[in-house]
Amino acid sequence: MFRLNGIHLRHNKNTADMPPVRMSVPQKVVMQMSMHIGAPAVPCVKVGDEVKVGQLIGENGAGLCSPVYSSVSGKVKKIEEMVALNGAHIQAVVIESDGEQAVCESVKPPVVENREQFLEAVKASGIVGLGGAGFPTYVKLSADVSKIDTIVVNGAECEPYITSDTRTMIDDADGVAEGIALLMKYLEVNRVVIGIEKNKPKCISAMKKAIASLAGVEIKSLPSVYPQGGEKVLVYHTLGRVIKEGALPLDCGVVVINCTTVAAIAKYVKTGMPLVEKCVTVDGSAVAEPKNIIAPIGTPAKDVFEFCGGFKAEPTKILLGGPMMGVPLSDIGAPITKQTNALIALDKKDAVVPKSTACIKCGKCAATCPFGLSPCDISAAMKAGDMEALEKLKVNVCMECGCCAYICPAKKDIVQNHKIAKARLRKYQMAKKEEKKNG
Amino acid sequence: MDNNVLLVSPSPHIRFKHSTTTIMLDVIIALCPALIASVILFGLRALAVIAVCVSVCVLSEWLFELICKRDVTVGDLSAVVTGIILALNLPVRIPLWQAAVGSIVAIVVVKQLFGGIGCNFANPAITARIVMVLSFSATMSDFSTKVDAISSATPLSGGEMPSYLDLFLGRHGGSLGETCALAILIGGAYLLIRHVITWHTPVVYIGTVALFSLALGEDPLAAILTGGVMFGAFFMATDYSTTPHTKWGKVVFGLGCGLITVLIRVFGSYPEGVSFAILFMNILTPYIGKWTRKKVFGGVKK
Repeated sequence: MFRLNGIHLRHNKNTADMPPVRMSVPQKVVMQMSMHIGAPAVPCVKVGDEVKVGQLIGENGAGLCSPVYSSVSGKVKKIEEMVALNGAHIQAVVIESDGEQAVCESVKPPVVENREQFLEAVKASGIVGLGGAGFPTYVKLSADVSKIDTIVVNGAECEPYITSDTRTMIDDADGVAEGIALLMKYLEVNRVVIGIEKNKPKCISAMKKAIASLAGVEIKSLPSVYPQGGEKVLVYHTLGRVIKEGALPLDCGVVVINCTTVAAIAKYVKTGMPLVEKCVTVDGSAVAEPKNIIAPIGTPAKDVFEFCGGFKAEPTKILLGGPMMGVPLSDIGAPITKQTNALIALDKKDAVVPKSTACIKCGKCAATCPFGLSPCDISAAMKAGDMEALEKLKVNVCMECGCCAYICPAKKDIVQNHKIAKARLRKYQMAKKEEKKNG
Repeated sequence: MDNNVLLVSPSPHIRFKHSTTTIMLDVIIALCPALIASVILFGLRALAVIAVCVSVCVLSEWLFELICKRDVTVGDLSAVVTGIILALNLPVRIPLWQAAVGSIVAIVVVKQLFGGIGCNFANPAITARIVMVLSFSATMSDFSTKVDAISSATPLSGGEMPSYLDLFLGRHGGSLGETCALAILIGGAYLLIRHVITWHTPVVYIGTVALFSLALGEDPLAAILTGGVMFGAFFMATDYSTTPHTKWGKVVFGLGCGLITVLIRVFGSYPEGVSFAILFMNILTPYIGKWTRKKVFGGVKK
């Protein structure tokens, strides 16, 4: 088995030894109705309603959806339309907190005795892929059990700075183990592999201890090469299985689930408290006191930074997520969401966008791509508008990890180019299909 | 803080610290041993040839880009690299005006007319050298070791073969930079350590020349220590724009260069074949790149 390519990054895991601190309750929270992939939730509260922690404020019976619960107790101030980070216009419920954090009466441990009840509980918990993808977890787990033979728990956390999964594995190793036991029981799977990057020996030893009593669970230490946490990379490096183009992990018998998501499932089954708070790593060159915090979902980024001592330098760029795949905020008042695992504020020096120069065809992009894509050729095909070439070059496989752009000496925005290429290719393929259908 | 405008840009938000300029600077550093060796072996006139080539290359790039209203790219140092490499490919007694003409050909005709850095399909220094060999054949084949010495030929064109040590240290006739194998190896090692080049092309190129020469009954060690094989393999067959960038592509490129070099040397009418070999393989590069493209992970044939 060969190893997939990648890049060696400076890890900057400055907060790895800092257990998360619970932050003070913010004055208001902004609960977005779309913190997951799928249909947005619809607010089920009105302006002026009193809400408590864990109270349902948004749901949508139909389709792919994940319910939203209030993370504070207080009063619904307004229901507004806002622009999400991906540019979509979504609804958000703004709640003014009363600081009491009174827990809603409906919060009580669910009855979980069989598979249906388990899936119902995961759906009701509002849990989505907490590694950043935000795919509703219950949908992933609802798969036909006969198809699944292995669960891969993602503890790679390959992005620089971020240590929220690291802290989950150290501080809540038993929670992760309990979650694994639940998944094994109700998904009828007897093999679980936990993939953890080698640079986290503490996580490996903590998890080893926690899973000692579980038969069929093993830990696989992964090379500290970005991007180990990419789904296809993880499945290949833990099990040696190749997820084919356009296929899901399920197609090769695997369910991949983030370690913090697993712990969250265990917590919900035990306490009945839905997903209302999140461990977030706050770091970066502009942050005065980098730390891990537990923040109510919906807390504006501004409040989070204030809790971390404010800024020691003017923040030029603020990222939701890590520096490789994170999304820059245009507004410091933007709230953290279910998927947020880090808030990184960079000062001017770190945030500077280098000037892009002519491609010198060094081929370093192709040499670092985990999937063996040829960004040089893709960019040439894009320039020529050659959709057939794009199809052959398989730009659709790109996971946008950013290795190519990181290593590019000409500082080309390769990821951006691939995103556009993927969209154009999809359009082209759809048009081609349509044409075929119409003869 | 609230009025602060935040920067929004596409990911990734961190970049590796190198750039085209630092890569070119690394190549210049790697060329220094050969450059110093050329001055020691051939005297101060070598320095004059290098100075003319570098300054004319930089100047013509700057002027051409100014006239064409392109972004001026002399800051990326690629013209300096072209100048040094061209100079090190010339004999020491070359008239300086001819060196200047060669430099203009390299930068304007071979590089800029095809779109500038990264867009040229042929190696500028090599193509310019070939143009000079065809245009100024008398001065281009005058390989005397010192300015005042009587004209002597390179060992390849039938002169007496020096000892291996002399060949290795460069104490024989030839172009400025190609004679001292020791200096070239030091520079090549630097390029490898700095990850500017990979081992594939030089190792396969030099290995092919040795083995193929041996097969044809020639002395393999002399074959790689004479002529421009060493210099070509490390500094010209590894040029980014004009050679394949896949591992197997580099192997094929080195193999092709090695075979053609030896074929020209043994059967051709020119004593040396490195330039022609590399130029020929430059032309094949797009095809080699296509044939050796990596299989996409999980890719499905449609």
